Amino acid sequence: MHIPEGYLGPHTYGAAWAAMLPVWVVAGRRLRRGLSARLVPLLAIGAAFSFVIMMFNVPIPGGSTGHATGAPLIAILLGPWAAVLAVSVVLAVQAFVFGDGGITALAANCFNMAFVMPFVSYGVYRLVAIGAAARSVRRTVAAALAGYVGINAAALTTAVMFGLQPIIASGPDGRPLSCPFGLNIAVPVMAAEHLLIFGLVEAAVTAGAVAYLARTEPELVAPATVKGHGTP
Amino acid sequence: MKTRRLWIIVVILALLTPVGIWLPERLRAGDAWGEWGPEDLAEEVGFLPRGLARLAGFWRAPAPDYAPAGWEEKPLAVQGAAYIGSALSGLLACAGGIWLLGRWLAAKEEARAP
Repeated sequence: MHIPEGYLGPHTYGAAWAAMLPVWVVAGRRLRRGLSARLVPLLAIGAAFSFVIMMFNVPIPGGSTGHATGAPLIAILLGPWAAVLAVSVVLAVQAFVFGDGGITALAANCFNMAFVMPFVSYGVYRLVAIGAAARSVRRTVAAALAGYVGINAAALTTAVMFGLQPIIASGPDGRPLSCPFGLNIAVPVMAAEHLLIFGLVEAAVTAGAVAYLARTEPELVAPATVKGHGTP
Repeated sequence: MKTRRLWIIVVILALLTPVGIWLPERLRAGDAWGEWGPEDLAEEVGFLPRGLARLAGFWRAPAPDYAPAGWEEKPLAVQGAAYIGSALSGLLACAGGIWLLGRWLAAKEEARAP
């Protein structure tokens, strides 16, 4: 889902930068107001987890690979705005240091994985988990659904960005200047991969982590249902 | 709450990351869809889109594909070690980056409302 350098034309990556700048500003303001001594170390762990979990490439035998992102998990635990910043930092490190995702495409990748994914995941989670106890089955199911729907939403916006390129810009010879695959290929392929496989991987990671943390750190998973933070 | 245990989990995961290159190698799985290098793309579709070719060399990452440049042909064990090194240095960079960002935002908040 990391769009490499050059797969998006200037119109698309430019629009993505324009879209992400206000999102980063709002996320920064939100976080600044809610910033507590407790939140920053958790954000650091969230970003570190996201970076590491993205290195577990899951193969489709004979085909392509994909991986979970951890973005839905961060959104569930720390809120979608915190996830915007944490995942954006991860994507920046991946692009600049490891060449994973383009620099010009960085804002586009942030739009998909650090904006669409955490917000969709958070919405699904809130809708399904509302009022559930920390260790309830419903909360685990909500986390799984959040991961599954979130990564699929991001796969869709990514596929649309890829697929729009042949429509937006072709050379005088009629050949596309950037990503050569249209919507008719990009959307079904990305959707199928994520609906059938990578969505389940993100669901398992999110649900597994939430179920584990509900046992060990219930105040992190369901602050409203735990009386007297920090007491056993 | 204790964050130490969570850090230990993340570091253990980092040590296990070579699974993420060995498994795709065993099952003959390639790049993620849409993440092919320019040469592979050109081979796939028969030409290299001109705009893509222009931007492709825009940035030279120090450790492309999570290993030092030029290590693609090294034995898988060496690649695994490089992958672990990338996981550890990358997670430090991510945690450090968000920590600095948090510190900066906190300082701005203090300056605004002393």
